[in-house]
Amino acid sequence: MNPAALELQQVTIELGARTLIAGLSLIVEPGQVVTLMGESGVGKSSLLAWMCGTMPEAFRASGRVLHGATDLSLLPPEDRRLGILFQDDLLFPHLSVGQNLAFALPAALRSRAERRTKVEGALDEAGLSGYADRDPATLSGGQRARVAVMRVLLSEPRALLLDEPFSKLDHATRQRFRQFVFDHLREARLPTLLVTHDPEDALAAAGMTLELPSVGSPQVH
Amino acid sequence: MLRLFPPLAVVLLVGPVLAGLAGTLLPAFDYLPVLGHRAAGLQAWTQLLELPGLRTSVWLSLSTGLVTTILSVLLVVLLCAAWHGTRAFAAMEAWLAPLLSVPHVTVALGLAFLISPSGWIMRCLSPWLTGFSQPPDWRIIQDANGLSLMFGLIAKEAPFLLLMTLAALGQADGERGSVVARTFGYRPMIGWLKAVFPRVYPQIRLPVLAVLAYGVSVVDVAMVLAPTTPAPLAVRVVKMANDSDLNLRFIASAGAMLQCALVLGGVLFWWMLERTVRWWGNRWITTGWRGGRESIPRWIASVAGATLGLAVIFGLLAMAVWSVATHWRFPAAIPAGLTSANWKLHASGVTDAVWNTLSLAVCTTAFSLILSVGVLEFEAATGRRTALSKVGLLYVPLVLPQVAFLFGAQVLLALSRLDGEWIALAWLHLVFVFPYVFLALADAYRAWDERYRRTGLCLGASPLRVLLRIKLPMLLRPIAAAGAVGFAVSVGQYLPTLFAGAGRFPTLTTEAVALSAGGDLRSVGIYAMLQMALPLAAFALALAAPAWCFRHRRGMHVIR
Repeated sequence: MNPAALELQQVTIELGARTLIAGLSLIVEPGQVVTLMGESGVGKSSLLAWMCGTMPEAFRASGRVLHGATDLSLLPPEDRRLGILFQDDLLFPHLSVGQNLAFALPAALRSRAERRTKVEGALDEAGLSGYADRDPATLSGGQRARVAVMRVLLSEPRALLLDEPFSKLDHATRQRFRQFVFDHLREARLPTLLVTHDPEDALAAAGMTLELPSVGSPQVH
Repeated sequence: MLRLFPPLAVVLLVGPVLAGLAGTLLPAFDYLPVLGHRAAGLQAWTQLLELPGLRTSVWLSLSTGLVTTILSVLLVVLLCAAWHGTRAFAAMEAWLAPLLSVPHVTVALGLAFLISPSGWIMRCLSPWLTGFSQPPDWRIIQDANGLSLMFGLIAKEAPFLLLMTLAALGQADGERGSVVARTFGYRPMIGWLKAVFPRVYPQIRLPVLAVLAYGVSVVDVAMVLAPTTPAPLAVRVVKMANDSDLNLRFIASAGAMLQCALVLGGVLFWWMLERTVRWWGNRWITTGWRGGRESIPRWIASVAGATLGLAVIFGLLAMAVWSVATHWRFPAAIPAGLTSANWKLHASGVTDAVWNTLSLAVCTTAFSLILSVGVLEFEAATGRRTALSKVGLLYVPLVLPQVAFLFGAQVLLALSRLDGEWIALAWLHLVFVFPYVFLALADAYRAWDERYRRTGLCLGASPLRVLLRIKLPMLLRPIAAAGAVGFAVSVGQYLPTLFAGAGRFPTLTTEAVALSAGGDLRSVGIYAMLQMALPLAAFALALAAPAWCFRHRRGMHVIR
């Protein structure tokens, strides 16, 4: 996938009478991280779900997501290729570590040997050489998180969406893992949108930070 | 594509019920053009009311249903209040599902083998205690008051309600409610009754009503355990509906309608009972009374529960022994010898029945699973509940008396020359299998973490691939369990097979009921054993297959 910028144009998301996000526009250059900060409930996760094309029907949204010149909002979720990482690693529990990674590899890569090599290469990079046949449930939290990152990267995404992916890790692991993620997304020249309420994340991302206001919500405390 | 599943399920489920009801209703008013009756009239009703012993039949049906339901609910409440949260209770939970998979008739037959005057209990006590060298001339089973019938039904319905209650307890956070009550100084049982039960009952209400309706209109168990002179109403209706004298069918129609009225009356009575208990209970809850010594109710709960459980188990064992017995004269506690000759003698008939039973159960279960997954996927995709899960449509075939619409369905099938066709029979099985499969699967299906789907989609997998490679494999355990439930339900069906099969598809259940009238204990034992073995095998498979598939996946063990 050629590096290109990820762009949001005039994105508005509403839930019933509440406007969660009003006319948000931004551009994320390849290899850069833009951080969206805000209290829980302001629609950060809804925004990411909308970008992926998996937003629940109860919400209404308008606006466009562009990758370079491609309008992603017109595509079905599986063709948008926006890699997403959640708080939980969400490794598929019924597949081995290697199978989890192979699930993400594009089908266009046909040769079994090459697929195997790619998977093993990804594991080497994550410091998990030889873990392909392991049960994900036997890995530590930090190891699982790294596998989840490698899985997203193997799917060759156009951009990366991070939905508070560091918040469930303990302090020491969190710092190392954050560095791991940022190193990889810069190397792959991926435009990245990070959603968080932890100022430390924003600091570490070393990019533009946007504060999402609690707009249009009638029941603000 | 997904959009088609909910309407398809509704049509397949409700269609035969509504059509069947119409087909029952019209002959009740003397309208059945095929037999030359076009004059709408009340003749069938006057003939029905003139049937000898009708009042006794009606009373028997109503009292059976109500007593069974009240005692089953009481027993479940007592057991949960006394033992919920203990290790013994957890051990008992593990026994529930396999016990439930044994068809109603099998349990009833087992009880007959155990408690009848020539049954195993009497044999063990004779002659040293009773002095009998001949079976006494007592009416223990098929007693005039239907006590053995009630006993047989409770042995089957109490475990069912217990399982439903356990599921509800998990959702209502029963364990912590109980703990909170105890910190206020409430004794465990009173605390459970006051703090937990009121939250659990609304969730088991529909299953309770299903038990009530089943008890009022049961046929197969009644043919084994109920008195015969006269029999409960539903049994008489079935006999008239299948009589060679076609004129009796009009009376049968009217009888089926009366059966509906009985269920309605039973439900109404239950509703009033509920209101009374609630009014009284609400006052009781706020009195602050924290209870006293609880050893006696605890003891009652354990003895009653253990008696039922042991009766079922030893009844099944008695049939197993009979199926391989040589000579077994009355007072002897065990047969003179064991032989496989009985099984060889019945081999060909048994093979037929097993094949019919298996093909029906496997096909209807597989189809029900596909239908359930389709409907649940539609619900997941749209975020809306369909009519199926919202308005209790699923409970319609479970609460409505079977005779009321199966008789009409038979009439309609005969008109369209579909009676005795395998597909018609399978459809009627589906009407009863699908609701159980759906109910068994729905909770686990809805609890699946949607973020796995989003992750899969964002990794570039198509929705179909996500469903087949991620979601269904992750849900293999509940899917297999729901399949085992559906399989057991199909194996246990008696009336649908009787009405739609036109005698062409004898199953283990129809054969076992037919043989039970003849008194050849060895052949009854053989059919009953198989009737029990098939659902148990399905349950074992449902446990073993996912466990084996995911033996190296620890993350798949916690998901229920």
